[in-house]
Amino acid sequence: MQTLREAILVFRQQLRLLLREPVWVVIALIQPLLYLVLFGPLLEKVAAPGFPAGDSWVVFVPGLLIQLGIFGSLFVGFGLLSDVHYGVLERLRVTPASRLALLLGRVFRDTLVLVLQATILSLVAVAFGLRVPLAGAVITVGIIALLGIALSSLSYAAALRLKTEDALAQVLNTLSVPVLLLSGILLPMTMAPGWLYGLSRANPFSYVVDGARAAFRGELGGTALLAGLAAAVALAVIGLVVGTRTFQRDQA
Amino acid sequence: MIEARGLARTFKTRGGTVEAVRGVDFQVGAGEIVGFLGPNGAGKTTTQRMLTTLLSPTAGEATVAGCDLRRDPVGVRRRIGYVAQGGGTNPAALVDEELVMQARLHGLDRAEAERRAASIRGLLDLGDLGRRPVKTLSGGQRRRLDIALGLVHAPQVVFLDEPTTGLDPHSRANLWDHIRATRAQTGSAVFLTTHYLDEADALCDRILIIDHGRIVAEGTPSELKRRISGDVVSLNLDGHAEAARALLRGQPGVHEVVLAEGTVRVTVDRGDEQAIALMRALEAASIRVLALHVARPSLDDVFLTLTGRSLRETEAANAPS
Repeated sequence: MQTLREAILVFRQQLRLLLREPVWVVIALIQPLLYLVLFGPLLEKVAAPGFPAGDSWVVFVPGLLIQLGIFGSLFVGFGLLSDVHYGVLERLRVTPASRLALLLGRVFRDTLVLVLQATILSLVAVAFGLRVPLAGAVITVGIIALLGIALSSLSYAAALRLKTEDALAQVLNTLSVPVLLLSGILLPMTMAPGWLYGLSRANPFSYVVDGARAAFRGELGGTALLAGLAAAVALAVIGLVVGTRTFQRDQA
Repeated sequence: MIEARGLARTFKTRGGTVEAVRGVDFQVGAGEIVGFLGPNGAGKTTTQRMLTTLLSPTAGEATVAGCDLRRDPVGVRRRIGYVAQGGGTNPAALVDEELVMQARLHGLDRAEAERRAASIRGLLDLGDLGRRPVKTLSGGQRRRLDIALGLVHAPQVVFLDEPTTGLDPHSRANLWDHIRATRAQTGSAVFLTTHYLDEADALCDRILIIDHGRIVAEGTPSELKRRISGDVVSLNLDGHAEAARALLRGQPGVHEVVLAEGTVRVTVDRGDEQAIALMRALEAASIRVLALHVARPSLDDVFLTLTGRSLRETEAANAPS
């Protein structure tokens, strides 16, 4: 309870600081919107074999949402590093506030921003011709939120361990590309040769993407959605555990 | 308020093990201003980081504000304030946002936190800057905000790491006044590190001199100076220099009498107390004293005697200014 109160204090301060520079929220949203506007229309003409049933928007938009989730969250660690350099984190570490709260307050903020971005992106997609059951869209946004919790926690943990922007950028870029390619965000992995499909099954994000697509098709009781949800919950738990452990560590 | 016993910290680096702090023992009483004086790299900041729970000691133990450093770090954090050398404010945040959040993370409710923020702003001369973004403050204002953040929850002891580094002389003197006034007002003990002799001298009730991770001397500024060489009383006389020397040599508490260019330099235990006695002895022998000057050895002399190095030289060699 005490931890929650402290996390909310950190969350509100983080949110105020973000709203003072709203341009970053907008910039983070521009990239997926560009994909939607400049790449999406191409897909209407493509009838690639192996695309799941449903029109191209139903295939494309869930992938775009998860891409937003991954890239919107993975780089939040840079913001923490600037707080480390300013000495803000150290000051907070000498208060009795729980280390989990210092992490959660930031993660809550990042997740809220992500959910808003995902909602805006979905609404714009509807304007472009996406037709999706409301329940499916809401579940998908929930999955994005879980991804946000997972990846922003991991990003903060990586930032605290690596300590410099250069090292963080290299690690995140190195990790994000294979994760992205093996998740089937751009094209469904069912089109892949056997070895590549096998590799993609080792990537938890591929289940998340498949789950989100199932939700968009309205298959709310299917195994694809269940597996996607399970993968998203597992990632969130792992992220929070790793993040909290790192925040509790001696910062020697 | 602070009791450290054999506190030590080693760091493992590629080149081997570095003993940053080699076992320090000291105490800081309630309401006392105690300074850690030493050159850069002496172990001052490492000791403070251990006492503020940011770094775990590799050996030794400490009690801070009644809480055991190892067993109850949260209890320690509840009762202390810490002001790091570089401060700890977000440039985009508003002054009151930082103060109120700091107070609330210490468990105060919103109304009380706001009241405290306003009162600490008043105390540290940040009166109407509550709604100003931190980045618009001057260097001295920002430093006072850092200190306000360390004090807003009324801690029993506040740690200041190099509080005036980087400030201009006027802001430094101003900050010293504020630190003294704050102690008088709140009764918080202050434990500060500094590599400025004048700062230790001007501010501290007691000084611990640290060099190469060890405390090499401890005492009030005047005790430390007296321990080294005694005070020097310089007397300008209207002649009779040889007679004066012979007379002064026989006075109690006089160590040495030297004649130099018409001035008699007398080394004594306590210059301030003995100068008048010396003057009266001379007047009784009908030797007139034209001018009198009492000089105490500086802390730099103390440091030189204890370590064989001048603090100023050490500083110049270590710190780019």
